[in-house]
Amino acid sequence: MRVLYFAWLRERIGVGSEEVSPPDGVATVADLVAWLKTREPRYAAAFEDTAAIRVALDQEQAEFDDPLTGVREVALFPPVTGG
Amino acid sequence: MAVRVQEADFDPGAELEALAAGNTEIGAVVSFTGLVRGSGGVETMTLEHYPGMTEKALEAIEAEAHERWALQASAIIHRIGPMIPGERIVFVATASRHRGVAFEAAEFLMDYLKTRAPFWKKEVAADGTAKWVDARESDDGAAARWAR
Repeated sequence: MRVLYFAWLRERIGVGSEEVSPPDGVATVADLVAWLKTREPRYAAAFEDTAAIRVALDQEQAEFDDPLTGVREVALFPPVTGG
Repeated sequence: MAVRVQEADFDPGAELEALAAGNTEIGAVVSFTGLVRGSGGVETMTLEHYPGMTEKALEAIEAEAHERWALQASAIIHRIGPMIPGERIVFVATASRHRGVAFEAAEFLMDYLKTRAPFWKKEVAADGTAKWVDARESDDGAAARWAR
């Protein structure tokens, strides 16, 4: 599964995208973020306030309790500020 | 219908002319052009986006506008990359038989663009300090009024 990070989330984590293989039991976006936070302190720091994070699954807006079944691309980012 | 995400500047006059060209059903053309503000000592603003999703999100917003209103034509242009205050950053235009539809649909396009399209602004001040722009609750409120 490919995970993408944007804006300050990308800067705090230090990469824009990476391939990850989460363990069994990581079923939803919330599970994925919880697992990412256990990997390294920079992830724990970046995801400290998950209320400030939005998610897209295969380039469609999604929610933290959405399942990851069949998903190839997960994007995590702050609320959008275009326009 | 047309969506463009580009680094280059655009010419609103030329875009408006192209929008209505050849369609004499059009009686109203409305457009919005957003500029980079220089308030707060901003020296440069950089627009980051999510290539792939950005275009899909803008196309979905435009398609929804055409579903809701009897539009004859529309256009959305959003720039990415570094810009300076005074530069054009975003453009939406709508064309319809009468003005009411074009006004409403143009507001809808901007309200949804600001809350649903994956763009992020980073401001750099003259002293070099960089700051990611925070999302505004008033933008969520503006988008919420179109909820069905």
